[in-house]
Amino acid sequence: MNRLPATLLLGTLITAVFAVAALLSLVWTPHDTTALSISDRFLPWSSVHPLGTDQYGRDMVSMLMEGTRTSIAVALIAIGIGITLGVPLGLIAAAHRGSALDEVIMRGNDMVFAFPSLVIAILITAIYGPSATNAILAIGIFNIPVFARVARGGALPIWTLDYILAARTAGKSRARISAEHILPNIANLLIVQATIQFSLGILAEAGLSYVGLGAQPPVASLGKMLSEAQTLIYSNPGLAVLPGLSIVILVLGLNLMGDGLRDALDPRLRRART
Amino acid sequence: MTRYLVIRAASLTLTLIVASVVIFAVIEVIPGDPAAFMLGLNATPEAIANLRAELGLGGSLIERYGAWITGMATGDFGISYTYRVPVSELVADRIWVSLPLAVMALILSTAIAVPVGVIAAASRGRVGDFSIMAVTQLGIAVPNFWFAMLLVLAYAVNRQWFPSGGFPGWDEPLGALRSLTLPAIALALPQAAILARVMRSALIETLDQDYIRTARAKGLSPGQAILRHALKNALIPVLTIIGLQFSFLLAGAIIIENVFYLPGLGRLIFQGITQRDLVVVESVTMLLVFAVILVTFLVDVAYAVVDPRLRRR
Repeated sequence: MNRLPATLLLGTLITAVFAVAALLSLVWTPHDTTALSISDRFLPWSSVHPLGTDQYGRDMVSMLMEGTRTSIAVALIAIGIGITLGVPLGLIAAAHRGSALDEVIMRGNDMVFAFPSLVIAILITAIYGPSATNAILAIGIFNIPVFARVARGGALPIWTLDYILAARTAGKSRARISAEHILPNIANLLIVQATIQFSLGILAEAGLSYVGLGAQPPVASLGKMLSEAQTLIYSNPGLAVLPGLSIVILVLGLNLMGDGLRDALDPRLRRART
Repeated sequence: MTRYLVIRAASLTLTLIVASVVIFAVIEVIPGDPAAFMLGLNATPEAIANLRAELGLGGSLIERYGAWITGMATGDFGISYTYRVPVSELVADRIWVSLPLAVMALILSTAIAVPVGVIAAASRGRVGDFSIMAVTQLGIAVPNFWFAMLLVLAYAVNRQWFPSGGFPGWDEPLGALRSLTLPAIALALPQAAILARVMRSALIETLDQDYIRTARAKGLSPGQAILRHALKNALIPVLTIIGLQFSFLLAGAIIIENVFYLPGLGRLIFQGITQRDLVVVESVTMLLVFAVILVTFLVDVAYAVVDPRLRRR
């Protein structure tokens, strides 16, 4: 580990740029995105509007910054749901390996896997209406079995180690061992998985808001910008290209970061990666 | 083998039951009365009462679930409230858009991914491998609906080779195929990127096995060793991924159908949502989930047939 993988550096750099732009949009954007100005619509690239304006005269740079913020926020909270519910489930399953509890947790996981995530999102939004919150829920539910599976898979081999046996003999409970010894040892795995789920979450959020099941106006979202630009693709292809490119670059950055992290944290996986 | 099949079939049935309960529960826990929800704000109490009777909302939850699930099992998916025709008729119409689309995309992504993955594995660590990995990395990052928009821009607007949307029906087989071409490509390419990477790593893993070294020692060229020995074994994990991809293709098709205004099952669901036609939403969702679970099951079984080690888990 003398040298960090180039993918890790590049991926982290790309992700950092997007994260800074998203954070910055909380306090400052070049222009106000809620002020519509029809006379300013479809402006070309200029020093005032570096990437021009959209069909409502809103500054594209500002829109992209806010859209990125929505994407990142939705994906991050969805990961939070996955980790807080999935990791404990996986740890419990591993601590009671082969028990009925283990079986119930893992079969429950399989069932959630069996649903296409979009179908769940459709069900939730059909009933409760579209919103960023429902998009978070739909994506978050799918993160739960992913993290449970990774946590269990990572914990199982550790349970067979001698120092765990020593801890058992010393009278520590399974729950305490899981928290004090297992969790720190699988943290690497969880971080790598979180990066992967992050990029999948960005893509899922874009898809949901594209079909109108995600964030609603006035919240800007990259997917919604794409669906609004679709009818204008003949006259103003730029409006459809920019949000899409943002998604691609952000997801690419996250994937590179995930690959790089995996290589840096676990050299054994380097050869067989997909 | 029989025991394995029985266990898998039991698990399939259980998954289907749980899935149906979840879907039923989500639809039924609608805040308020489903009939009132479907008719909107201006409905007369009389109309709501009529619809309640029509939907069979009188009975208990268990009776209603029983009636719905028996109907689903016997091909009676209920009557669409907006279209006033049986949902089964709507599905029968639209499945001939969605199914060919998913199959075309599956064939296309496999036809691209397998050779590409093989080439990457064969040139492991060299320029060819590196470029293929870079391109697939990009392919994974591209949202398929955005890719679809770019395809429309390039091949339906700038060069009018394909229609930008709509579907003429299978009475015009050529026109129908042309309408499905861009959507199928949009669905297939991002999937092909993932599949090519799986193919590559599966093949690399196989190439490290002793029997490949033996084959090479016997005088086979690297290409012959791959084609005669390695590929067959490497295809097993690839087959599983292809099966699992069906569920992604199905979900992807729901979105892609909306990009191209294709009258498939995906558009049917979205129209059901906007028109608050819960009967359509509930039944079509269940059908999609059923299709996904069934395909996963079939892949599992096929996997066990090919690889006997799996049966003895």
